Amino acid sequence: MGKRVGMEVAIAAAEAVALCNIDVAAVYPITPQSHIAEHMADIIHDGRIDAEFITVESEHSAISALAGASAAGARAYTATSSQGLMLMHEILPIVSAMRLPVCMANANRAVSGPLNIWNDHTDIMPQRDSGWICLFTENGQEAIDLSIMSFKIAEDPEVMLPCVVNIDGFQLTHMIEPLEFPSQAEVAKFLPPRKPFAQLHPDNPISMGCFAMPDTYAETVKAKEEALRGSKKVVTRVFAEWAKRFGRKYNVVETYRAKDADTLMLTMGSMGETAATAVDEMRKAGRKVGLVKLRLWRPFPVEEIKAAVAGCKTLIVMDRAISTGGAGGPVATDVKSILYGEKKRPRILNVIAGLGGRDLTVGDFVNMFDLAKKKKDEPFEFYGVRE
Amino acid sequence: MAKKKTEQKKWPEKWHELNPGCMVFAAGNAANYKTGSWKSQHPVWDNSKCIKCGICYIFCPEGCIQETQDGFYEANLDYCKGCGICAHECWPGAIVMREEEE
Ligand code: SF4
Ligand code: SF4
Repeated sequence: MGKRVGMEVAIAAAEAVALCNIDVAAVYPITPQSHIAEHMADIIHDGRIDAEFITVESEHSAISALAGASAAGARAYTATSSQGLMLMHEILPIVSAMRLPVCMANANRAVSGPLNIWNDHTDIMPQRDSGWICLFTENGQEAIDLSIMSFKIAEDPEVMLPCVVNIDGFQLTHMIEPLEFPSQAEVAKFLPPRKPFAQLHPDNPISMGCFAMPDTYAETVKAKEEALRGSKKVVTRVFAEWAKRFGRKYNVVETYRAKDADTLMLTMGSMGETAATAVDEMRKAGRKVGLVKLRLWRPFPVEEIKAAVAGCKTLIVMDRAISTGGAGGPVATDVKSILYGEKKRPRILNVIAGLGGRDLTVGDFVNMFDLAKKKKDEPFEFYGVRE
Repeated sequence: MAKKKTEQKKWPEKWHELNPGCMVFAAGNAANYKTGSWKSQHPVWDNSKCIKCGICYIFCPEGCIQETQDGFYEANLDYCKGCGICAHECWPGAIVMREEEE
């Protein structure tokens, strides 16, 4: 293991990207992502890396500028959060449809209104169907590792799709953690310069982002869908290469003490660590509980989730967002739908919790495991909301 | 830096034969994509009323109206979207829009 440094996770995310030989960054500051924006600007202004920092006037412009930069062959990076991500919404599916490997960090924060700057996943969920590869991090080290890996995944010739790394706002971005960085030389070996499939260049005019009529549009959607689904293979391959080079193992779906568990909880993002502590405590008390952690949200790792929950009696699916007026939390509705066709499937409880920065403690997770024992089934339920 | 010339396939095709991101590698081939297929009406000229002012030619948003050898105008229906602007702008009333079925 290399030398560890104490560093705030947002700063570390920017430092990780600085190792990635990016050409262009366009980052508009927004809480709780601001430290990434500020530090990225510092790194480029100080000449530590040879890249352009575009001081855009909005997130809509940030992602649009990067679509252009990426089309011209650049390795392009941005970071945002909440309302900023919402403002990018229009351009996100265009970037993926154009097969541009732009990489982004999203410091997850609740969406207005009411105005709230704290953590939940209501910002990324409306972007779910944008065709981006969507990864979730659980701690600062993962924010570093996945930020670096995201470029390699996105730029793989089999993938050529944008990638967003979700880092829970405040809960992760503002934590100071002991972190380990790979060296510049190691990253350069792992992540060679981008070799674009095609690029805009005056010497060889090509068209990107073309028009498609009803006779063609459906074929383009299918092509993008296949590319996104196919990217799971590459994500797994890049995770394996990372483990070989840097010793830290990642899986698209992680399990923790799940083997003989009769009750499993499925989490995404930073709550996984707290839930793991709850599992440890309950295991000490003889309860057969375990954890499934979703690292890859899109493409949805169907087979891996099925394998991870096979054999458990009860599955508690945690959602830090809700599909308003719908069937429950977005994670749970997907999990339920992939298990619908299974002969043996667990009873599924969907718990909506941790909204707008509401803390989830170890005790809360223990409570949720207990609720699963007693309560009669509801399609979903809010946890910790005052009745 | 310029990318080597990548082969341009015909268009449209099966989903797996599309270029990634629907990129088009040959310049100036927009003409190959016949965009007039979705119109519900098309313009018909009555040259006996036409005074050859060229207004229809100027106003057509698709640029698909051409001048003929004898100075009249006609639309290339492969690209005409049937918007009717030419008929609306033609003040001597030389153009009428007809349903596609007619
Ligand atoms: S109908 Fe519209 S598109 Fe067609 S020729 Fe007239 S102006 Fe042009
Ligand atoms: S606008 Fe009418 S009168 Fe003028 S050139 Fe066109 S068809 Fe003829």
